Amino acid sequence: MPEAAVATRRLTIAEALREGIAEEMRRDPEVFLIGEDIGVEGGFGGAFGVYLGLPEEFGHERIIDTPISEKVIAGAAAGAAMLGMKPIADMQYSDFLFECMDEMVNQAAKMRYMSGGKVSVPMVMRAPVGMTLRGAQHGQCPESYFIHVPGLKVVAPSDAYHAKGILKAAVRDPNPVLIFEHKLLYGSKGREAAGGMDLTAEVPEEDYTFPIGQAVIKRAGTDVTIVATHVSLYRALAAAQTLAADGIECEVIDPLTLQPLDTETIFGSVRRTGRLVIVHEDTLTGGWGAEVAACVADDCLEYLEAPIKRIATLDVPAPAAPVLEQRILPQEHTIVETIRRLMG
Amino acid sequence: MPEHLVTSESQVSPAALQEAGGSDIQPETVQALYRKVALIRRFEDRVYRLFLEGEIPGTLHQYQGQEAVAAGVCSTLRLDDWITSTHRPHGHALAKGVNTSEAMAELYGKATGCCGGKGGSMHLGDPAVGMLPAIAIVAGGNTIVTGLGLAMKLRKSDQVAACFFGEGATNEGAFHEGLNFSAVEQLPIVWVCENNLYGASTPYGRVSLVPDVAERAKVYGIPSQIVDGMDAVAVREASAAAVQRARSGGGPTLLECKTYRFTGHSRSDARGYRTREEEQEWAKRDPLLVLAARLEEATVARLEAEVKAELDEAVEFARNSPDPDPASALEHVYA
Repeated sequence: MPEAAVATRRLTIAEALREGIAEEMRRDPEVFLIGEDIGVEGGFGGAFGVYLGLPEEFGHERIIDTPISEKVIAGAAAGAAMLGMKPIADMQYSDFLFECMDEMVNQAAKMRYMSGGKVSVPMVMRAPVGMTLRGAQHGQCPESYFIHVPGLKVVAPSDAYHAKGILKAAVRDPNPVLIFEHKLLYGSKGREAAGGMDLTAEVPEEDYTFPIGQAVIKRAGTDVTIVATHVSLYRALAAAQTLAADGIECEVIDPLTLQPLDTETIFGSVRRTGRLVIVHEDTLTGGWGAEVAACVADDCLEYLEAPIKRIATLDVPAPAAPVLEQRILPQEHTIVETIRRLMG
Repeated sequence: MPEHLVTSESQVSPAALQEAGGSDIQPETVQALYRKVALIRRFEDRVYRLFLEGEIPGTLHQYQGQEAVAAGVCSTLRLDDWITSTHRPHGHALAKGVNTSEAMAELYGKATGCCGGKGGSMHLGDPAVGMLPAIAIVAGGNTIVTGLGLAMKLRKSDQVAACFFGEGATNEGAFHEGLNFSAVEQLPIVWVCENNLYGASTPYGRVSLVPDVAERAKVYGIPSQIVDGMDAVAVREASAAAVQRARSGGGPTLLECKTYRFTGHSRSDARGYRTREEEQEWAKRDPLLVLAARLEEATVARLEAEVKAELDEAVEFARNSPDPDPASALEHVYA
């Protein structure tokens, strides 16, 4: 986190991302934006308003509103990146990434390898995730599909400071980077749904990046390690608060990057606590939590005092009705009960 | 583009393009086209034999019969123009100027190959001569090329990108998304459809009620032209105009080159889906014969001898090159 001496403000993730994008566009004329409804006059500034105000500064030449053609969004970003430009592509909803799996998985991810290292693909793909009562095709968390693909980097920031720092690092990274952001965390609207927490964070005025591949310990503890992202991270922090009253000290880790995973930080924590709980909003089977669990079992088995537990969305498509959605999402009380059982 | 990358013989100067008209085409231009078509043909024939003899691993999708398309189009491109290619890329690679020995070594899976052995037959390419490793997903290049065109437009360069694809690609969503985006953004792209009549074994008439791919371009507001894809001079003429339009900010063009694949789809194809009579009809219009009719016999013999020497050298180079270090399998995943 920023040093005390550095001038900071509190920003939402949407504000921090907007600022980070603008800074990178000022810094490097090769950075451009491409996506649906991102710069249209009188439009929305992207599905979640992240790009509002940017066309006024940068014009429409570098902010390219595409047809509803996700394959083109990903393909054009990848192709321009292959010539050395630094596109920031936008998927309105991460569910739409399935429209451009070929461009992401067969082209962007593999071009460097197929070329024997001669071609790089320095593109960024931003994609909002998370259930928000929009049903089965606008609420998925597809991060895990992409951590399986060698050649892609996958990040999942959960607060404004890291979102901005990671975005700026992603723009400067010579590889394709997917940034998954949670819809409920963009700004003030999400506070209630995420548990009424303050979702703004201190963000320095000055230029900074946050390294891809580095996790952060959001809360130190000695009894159990919780690894969680996005809204699940805030639920985990709330659960840790509840459990602290019982004398159970949870160490809560935000991995921030899912590929490459910061196993060092996670292993170090598990070796201290002897217990691991992973919480994510992706469905359980084959979710990234399975990979974390396997890595920890591989490396830290002798330190484990209890089974590794995964708390994830149940293996069903996202339903629309509020009570149904809440039934399948990982809940704070589930985290609390699971950890109490682990400690018992 | 680095200065040391000198223009290859196939990539002529804009001044030379002025004389690209079919009737008044210069003899040297016909010779250059013949040499390129012959290089591709003899390369493919040689590679097929080496494959059967077990020297070349993997699989092959061969280009015999379609050489006039690659040679004609690439003869109108500059070294700093770019192309995307397909699962059948050998001809495009040689036409754009990928080093023949390095292309051969890549097929052999050698360390000296143009992709260090990581690409192989279906991903031949070399960015040093403006060719991305070939994209072997049908229509995969049709969205990637829009990014090449977009980069050229944003940088205000006068480069051009050409996208080679088969008629089989035109029923993929990527074809339509790419075409439409190139139109609305007026990208400097030449869409080169090689209509060889069959998507693997399936006749185009079975999968499209519109017989001409050129029609599909028009509905996106893109000018298009049907071209004799067996005549490198005709292809060159049409391509020169399309490249000129793209280079001068006039946006994309689609060229539908009617052509024919003399071989099967891949090495194991017995071609039961088409008649030997049809094959014989197309063989009469062999791109080599079409060009040879415009040249002296002695010239043809000289060019063939040059090609043979180049291929002898390429095979020797490939055979004598080392395998990649197995440890290099783990390199180049991330930059």
